Amino acid sequence: MRISTGYGSRPAGGGFETFSWYFFRVSAVALIFLVIIHLLLNHVTTDVSCTSYQLVSIRYSNPFWRLYDWLLLTLALLHGMNGLRIVIDDYVRSRGWRLTLQSANGLLTLVFFLLGTITLITFQAVANVGPHCVIH
Amino acid sequence: MGIFAGTFYIFRPVSRLKYRSLGSEIMYKGQSGMWSWLFHRISGLGILLFLLIHLVDISLLNFGPNVYNEGISLFGTVIVRIISLALIGGVLYHAFNGVRIMIIDFWPKGARYQGMMFATVMVLTIVCFLPMAYYVIGPVFGWPTGNMVGGI
Repeated sequence: MRISTGYGSRPAGGGFETFSWYFFRVSAVALIFLVIIHLLLNHVTTDVSCTSYQLVSIRYSNPFWRLYDWLLLTLALLHGMNGLRIVIDDYVRSRGWRLTLQSANGLLTLVFFLLGTITLITFQAVANVGPHCVIH
Repeated sequence: MGIFAGTFYIFRPVSRLKYRSLGSEIMYKGQSGMWSWLFHRISGLGILLFLLIHLVDISLLNFGPNVYNEGISLFGTVIVRIISLALIGGVLYHAFNGVRIMIIDFWPKGARYQGMMFATVMVLTIVCFLPMAYYVIGPVFGWPTGNMVGGI
């Protein structure tokens, strides 16, 4: 069984592991920008306690931010869950456990992708609802 | 070195052990290559755990402003701010070390400079972390951050 380590020499011969190896790197380049800008917007230029329903409504009235967040969601989830797949491959030797955990991994990826995508699509932007900052 | 290698034996993936004779173990003897790999894996798993939790709290949006804001107010607490610091440090390290990995992969001389690049990754992580940490932890101590007003 060919195992991608996500590190070191690239798997040769094509197939899924080669695709996975390139996907890690291509998604990484996009994620470096998407994630760091996301962190700056929600922890630096705006305090996290002010990322309220009102702020989300203002942002999501512009489709750009829905697209931005959907790209972030999709690439981060696939990059991360693919990493978890490799971690499981690395440490779990029993065939039964591998099958169980990899199936759970695939199912969780689908469930969380749908959860995030449905939230992004169905959210109705309503400005000036609730406080701007939420402090206990 | 032997002590380090033994201590972190459990962190070495079992599937690699088969390929020891191929020389792929050379990076896992307690040197910078092992630490960078170990930190990359731990930070990746930590970020993934946060991502899954974050997707659940974002899904509260469709339960209305009261429910969503109640969830967001948790992020303003001291404990979650400290967890956010760990997240930001982990993200910065994972991003910079990811660039290092890609340089090793695609630049023929990359492997020769991997140790120097690991040091650069650590410096960049700390240098970028400190100002961001100020903004995250500042509100706890009442430090001026100027980020409590409207943004995009």
